[in-house]
Amino acid sequence: MTSRLLLRRKAVNAVMLTLTGLCTLFATGTLVFILGYLFIHGGKSLTWNFFTKLPTPVGESGGGMANAILGSAKLLAVAMVVGVPIGFLGGVYLAEFGGTTFSFIVRYTTDLLNGVPSIVIGIFAYTVIVLPQKHFSTMAGGLALGVMMIPIAVRSTEEFLRAVPVSLREGAVALGASKAKAILTVVIPAAKNGIMTGIMLNLARVAGETAPLLFTSFSNRYWSPGWEQPTAALPVMIFTYAIAPYEDWHQQAWSAGFVLLTLVLAVNVIARMILSKAKHVAR
Amino acid sequence: MAASSTTISSAGPARPARSFVQRLRGGDEVAYLITFAAAASILLVTGLLVFELYINSSASRAKFGLSFLVTKTWDPVAGQYGAWPFIYGTVVTSALALFIGIPLGVGAAIFLAELAPPAISDALTFLIELLAAVPSVIYGLLGIFVLIPILRTVEPAIRAVLGWTPLFQGPFYGVSLFSAGVVLAVMIIPFIISISREVIRAVPGDQREAALALGATRWESTWDVVVPYARKGIAGSIFLALARSLGETMAVTMVIGNDPKVKASLFAPGYSIAAVIANEFTEATGQLYTSALIELGLVLFALTIVINAMARILVAGTGGRNG
Repeated sequence: MTSRLLLRRKAVNAVMLTLTGLCTLFATGTLVFILGYLFIHGGKSLTWNFFTKLPTPVGESGGGMANAILGSAKLLAVAMVVGVPIGFLGGVYLAEFGGTTFSFIVRYTTDLLNGVPSIVIGIFAYTVIVLPQKHFSTMAGGLALGVMMIPIAVRSTEEFLRAVPVSLREGAVALGASKAKAILTVVIPAAKNGIMTGIMLNLARVAGETAPLLFTSFSNRYWSPGWEQPTAALPVMIFTYAIAPYEDWHQQAWSAGFVLLTLVLAVNVIARMILSKAKHVAR
Repeated sequence: MAASSTTISSAGPARPARSFVQRLRGGDEVAYLITFAAAASILLVTGLLVFELYINSSASRAKFGLSFLVTKTWDPVAGQYGAWPFIYGTVVTSALALFIGIPLGVGAAIFLAELAPPAISDALTFLIELLAAVPSVIYGLLGIFVLIPILRTVEPAIRAVLGWTPLFQGPFYGVSLFSAGVVLAVMIIPFIISISREVIRAVPGDQREAALALGATRWESTWDVVVPYARKGIAGSIFLALARSLGETMAVTMVIGNDPKVKASLFAPGYSIAAVIANEFTEATGQLYTSALIELGLVLFALTIVINAMARILVAGTGGRNG
């Protein structure tokens, strides 16, 4: 009897362990599949024109998405101007001056803001900028992306500042530096790499955001001069081209997906390498 | 040097309370005020966001009241707006995503935390976390051109096994609640894995050793001891994944079929809250139409806030980090 029970337990053990292994295989297999498919499919149709030409009208082949690439870059620039200062300084507040009820509220609100779906942030930017101005603009899209950057910027800044050893702060203060001076000249420089990497990851995250741009920066078939006109953006182009009924546009969508994913993953891989290296040094 | 002299002079006993300007020169107050202002502006932005959603949905709230949530008709031409088809689609696709995602995600997390050698576990987790960084529009692109053709080929098999249930009735065109649920599942699995793996790893080693010493098999120690110990954190990871899938826009918009009807069959096209906002916002003519869409945004906001709060309480309870 006992041996039969034991056999059963061992069988269950083997079966379940194999199953968890299969789950892992499936999860990683998906990634390999996604990357492989996108690289093969997107890379194949990618030409130099993609980076230098404007989109062509339907039926005319050989166009590119140069305006969307520039548009994405401009949107990210606005997003950085909006999101990074508030996020960084807010993170400094939480790490260096925090500890009160107020910082609890700030932390809680930051988490809340982080959980807000990106499309809702888009509505917010629409009501704040597009509605009063009555036109779509790069500014509105950038604002939406910037608001999305804030929570992550706060959290990564706070985390990296807290990782700076207390002894460094004490050393600075013992040498006579004021608290502000110690933070500015000792603590922040010590956490600089981590904070910069956090910002890069943050940018990579919002670079792929589509939903908040649909009704803020809208789209544009041509170059968008300045900051007050609607602009094309890479992720929005992928969306419009993918759901359009033209085979030629689908190829363009794959190319755009290839370019976007390569950028996003490259930033992620590099950032994670820097971060893991930094962690090893700190330990 | 300059800093040290100010500190010393300000410590002088003869001096009365420093004037505002003098305190500003010290820098501490300035730094405090600037960073405080930044922190306060986060509250301001969030408050403004809620306020704008509330104010700009007033026309719709005044006209339909709470019945907005349960009305089944969405007919912009007739000026009739009801949220139920979208709430239904959002909830059904997210539920399906969890149904597929939980076993796969938790299973993989168990494997990575308990069984795989650390080096392999770290490498695979790195890969899986990259999946979480893939933009959602790319999931949508793959959904349209890769997943839907695959689902079309496996559809007869699903129908043969489960076709008797009301869930798999009617024709399958490709775009459907089912496709959206599967895409969402693929998107949330990395979240479940990376957070669950961390909370499982945080379970103290002596728990496992005690179970193994009592003669438990590897699986028994994992399933009966380690997983129950980490269950709050795992539940938290599931709630986080749920919040994400409720608010997911692009991938769902591209494969759900965009049809505001309530149908029991998963093979039927549907619509989700985020998808209808994405599709119809720029075309919305008239104040009532726009405000109905903004009210949908408000509903989505409220939903994800509640789910996120629950997730955070659960994850914080087990000392899990991340996410």
